[in-house]
Amino acid sequence: MFEVASKESERLADLPLGSVATVDCVHQSVPEDPIAKRLRDLGFVSGEPVRIVAAGPIGGDPLLVQVGFTRFALRQGEARRVMVHRALPHTE
Amino acid sequence: MSTLRIALVGNPNCGKTALFNLLTGSRQKVANYAGVTVERKSGRLTTPSGRTLEVLDLPGAYSLTAASPDEEITRDVCLGRLSGEQQPDAIVCVADATNLRLHLRFVLELRYLGLPMILALNMSDSAMKRDIRVDRNILEKELGIPVVETVAVHRGGASSLVSQFDRDLPEPALALPEGADLHAEVNRILEAAVSMPSRTAKMDDAIDRVVLHPVWGLAILALVMFFMFQAVFAWAAPFMDLIDAGIGAIGTFVGDALPDGPLRGLLVEGIIAGVGSVIIFLPQILILFLFILVLEESGYLPRAAFLLDRMMVGAGLTGRSFIPLLSSVACAIPGIMAARTIQDPRDRLSTILVAPLMTCSARLPVYTLLIAAFVPQQTVLGVFNLGGVVLFGLYVAGTFFALAAAYVMKRLRRTSEDHALLLELPSYRVPNPRDIAIGLWDRARIFIVRVGKIILSITVVLWVLSSYPVPPADWGGTAIDYSLAGRIGHSVEWIFAPIGFNWQICIALIPGLAAREVAVSALGTVYAISAASDDAASQLLPIISSQWSLATGLSLLAWYVFAPQCLATLATMHRETNSWGVVATALIYLFGLAYIASFITYQIAVALT
Repeated sequence: MFEVASKESERLADLPLGSVATVDCVHQSVPEDPIAKRLRDLGFVSGEPVRIVAAGPIGGDPLLVQVGFTRFALRQGEARRVMVHRALPHTE
Repeated sequence: MSTLRIALVGNPNCGKTALFNLLTGSRQKVANYAGVTVERKSGRLTTPSGRTLEVLDLPGAYSLTAASPDEEITRDVCLGRLSGEQQPDAIVCVADATNLRLHLRFVLELRYLGLPMILALNMSDSAMKRDIRVDRNILEKELGIPVVETVAVHRGGASSLVSQFDRDLPEPALALPEGADLHAEVNRILEAAVSMPSRTAKMDDAIDRVVLHPVWGLAILALVMFFMFQAVFAWAAPFMDLIDAGIGAIGTFVGDALPDGPLRGLLVEGIIAGVGSVIIFLPQILILFLFILVLEESGYLPRAAFLLDRMMVGAGLTGRSFIPLLSSVACAIPGIMAARTIQDPRDRLSTILVAPLMTCSARLPVYTLLIAAFVPQQTVLGVFNLGGVVLFGLYVAGTFFALAAAYVMKRLRRTSEDHALLLELPSYRVPNPRDIAIGLWDRARIFIVRVGKIILSITVVLWVLSSYPVPPADWGGTAIDYSLAGRIGHSVEWIFAPIGFNWQICIALIPGLAAREVAVSALGTVYAISAASDDAASQLLPIISSQWSLATGLSLLAWYVFAPQCLATLATMHRETNSWGVVATALIYLFGLAYIASFITYQIAVALT
């Protein structure tokens, strides 16, 4: 479940503003990565829809991500751990 | 019936503390858990049938896999592992009815504790407004625990919860099998029990489009900060003057009523002045925290942190460091107290350590005196007053070195470990006056009781140092020159000679440890100016501008950019970090920087003049 899911998988950090995607998995950047564990606890788990709601004024960092009913601000380092595949435009 | 111990547990932003305030009202106790800076809030409650409950408000947590000192406390108390703290008899899980996708997962995790549990669906009024329907019966059946609806901001909004306590405790909650997929389970329960027309509130979306906009968002933030800063700086001034005058009047009254002697000196110059130097900070603390509590409760503060995060991360801090540092420009004490809104303990510590470098208002009297004495009245570039330019430069220097110090601390830590932000931006809410009032009361009480004790005792010690021993009748110099402070000042003169301080400055720096502005009146005492202290500055001006060299004046200016000549700040640091090590670190690095800066300034100035 923590492997790259498919070829279309991309990093949440690379999505443009406003895009909608589905979470594939969360990468661990180190073994027993506490940040990855926390991201999963917060709802970044396979199949969960996410949306990039806003981006910080400097360099688009941090990102504001809607997951479930909640919005979280994620720094680039955190958003790079989340692998997603983008929803087709007509499916939302 | 014995007292039942109940713990409130829930995610951050679930309205747990508001519910706690509603349940316990003014019957609250705020303390610290032993050895950590996490606050322990408990209160008492008597149910209609006369049962007494001890309610513990545990810090908000997303998970029992703790990621912060706050969450470790919640985990350890729930597991009964925290020494000195009994495991609660029952747990009230507080969940925001509009945010169940996130909050129910934690409820399922808490079921593994095997304690009796009640779920409080908080903010059920907001849920109703958004047409979110939660079927309580299905939820009770699915979770296997009693579920009640609460509205923490309404009087009587917790009555259904309180009446639960009058019944027998529910059976300990049954956990899911080990390793079950809690997220899948949450989605299944939501499907069965909750209908929700939209995942977000339209209002939040609309406000966030403006407030988080790269241009408008920053403009609004600048406006809010400007307003807040003005308030702390300007609104507090009349109250501070009033306190100052009041303390002065009491001092005069007591002074007139008592015969001349050590008791009068101790009372008037030691204790009454000491108490005055504690409560003089209250107006700024209360005004700043009024803003912070309203901004936090409304949901704006995390948004400000979002907007500023990238900028502050560059300096090794976090978006949440901005408000503490900005308020430190008025006074570092409320600034350091405001650092408790920073979750990451390392970021919080850095912010606390660099806050005293921001140019606080107590430096102004010293800066004004020295600039008037040593900076020529000149116009720069046709329009600017040179003194004004120097003053601006001192403010810029303070800010620059605060950020530089934070950057160096980040380098020194050398941990490759990421600092997580993972900051939730909660729904906007109208702040509840009761919660704001209780929050303000807590801050004021903690400052007066815990910080006040340290300030008062050191003020008395400094008074003794500057007053004893009393000089004999044939002593030619000033009394302070004969005192212990005077002798210490003379004996350390050689240390300060390389930075151009004469013995008069060395002596004045000792009572000046109490607060920066005290140095001005202390210099007045050393130079035997007999006028009242508020007139000391104008009489000092000709003396120091004729007796000190320019290099000495500039060196003292540089000293005051860095030196932690404010024991109230150090006492607050101790209170907020619960560590003398932090205070020692601050003392060493700030005095170290001050000495180096003064040395460079003095030597260059001597070489050039």
